[in-house]
Amino acid sequence: MALQVEHELHTRRKGRNIGVGLLLIGFIAIVFGLTVVKVLQLGDANKFETFDHVARPQIVPDEGASE
Amino acid sequence: MSDLSVSENTYEASMGDYFALLKPRVMSLVVFTALVGLLVAPVPVHPFIGFVAILCIAVGAGASGALNMWWDADIDAKMKRTVGRPIPSGRVQPGEALGIGLALSGFAIVLLALAANLLAAFLLAFTIVFYAVVYSMWLKRATPQNIVIGGAAGAFPPMIGWAVATGGVSIESVLMFALIFMWTPPHFWALALFVKSDYGNAGIPMLTETHGRDTTRNHILVYTLLLVPVAVGLGFTSIGGPFYTAVAVLMNAWFLKGAYDIWRRTDVDCEADKHRVEIKVFKISLYYLFAHFGALLIEAVLRLYGIGGW
Repeated sequence: MALQVEHELHTRRKGRNIGVGLLLIGFIAIVFGLTVVKVLQLGDANKFETFDHVARPQIVPDEGASE
Repeated sequence: MSDLSVSENTYEASMGDYFALLKPRVMSLVVFTALVGLLVAPVPVHPFIGFVAILCIAVGAGASGALNMWWDADIDAKMKRTVGRPIPSGRVQPGEALGIGLALSGFAIVLLALAANLLAAFLLAFTIVFYAVVYSMWLKRATPQNIVIGGAAGAFPPMIGWAVATGGVSIESVLMFALIFMWTPPHFWALALFVKSDYGNAGIPMLTETHGRDTTRNHILVYTLLLVPVAVGLGFTSIGGPFYTAVAVLMNAWFLKGAYDIWRRTDVDCEADKHRVEIKVFKISLYYLFAHFGALLIEAVLRLYGIGGW
């Protein structure tokens, strides 16, 4: 026997699936936006680049230069 | 028998049912007061971080609402006002509400810590625990002072908003907290005087039923008197100013007059005019809170143009 795909249950599930999808997209947008804002707030991107969980003095531009 | 008939009797919740778990109307007040707390703070916040922080506070408040509905499903089913909520009406399973409440709480707290700071996240976590555990699980069914202490949960949002911006707690944020905290009891008790509730059937000790309506009237007057110095005092802090103070003085005189009118009345008066005064004072209490936080916001805008503050 063929399935009646236009059951009300499917409409509701579709709405729920779309809702969850939109929430996930929103969450991704928030995490991405926060990352951009936080990195830009550092002012100098080098600060971010020269600290990759541990300090990386070898890529600090002015390391060893006279002040 | 069709293949789908098995699931015909099983209701599957829609997105709207899950959203109703978050108590959207309570959320709107939380968003407003938290936003004011954030905007009046002396430290500017990046708009996107501010947006995410307010979202986290709103979601955290919603999560505590879901946890409250999960715990109170038994009493919600006994009261007319709450029988249509998602769990007692069978649209959402209790386990789902618990899961959503816990998951959203975790998301909101962690994201707020990452977006803003640890203090704001801690305050949000404390608020959720206070509302879900201290108020819902413990005080609500244990004492007629439930509204007084439970009101603290609703008073935290502006303090969290302030903490998002400044990373700290100060006299201004404490007074914003105290304003909502002291306002909650007269607001709810005015409502309790004219709404025919069935809290008694559900076994919740409301002041009107445990101590009577006269005691409730006394409490309304006393709490309103205690509220006045808090509300007016906020006008003399760094976020206040002449405009806020003028609004506070007028609104407090209006609210106090209403509380006094309620205090003078008897049950016979109430029956005679169908709780006209109580309904009026309840409405005033809504304007009262909106006016105070609105005035704080206007004062902050005036300060931008160099004409706000003292």
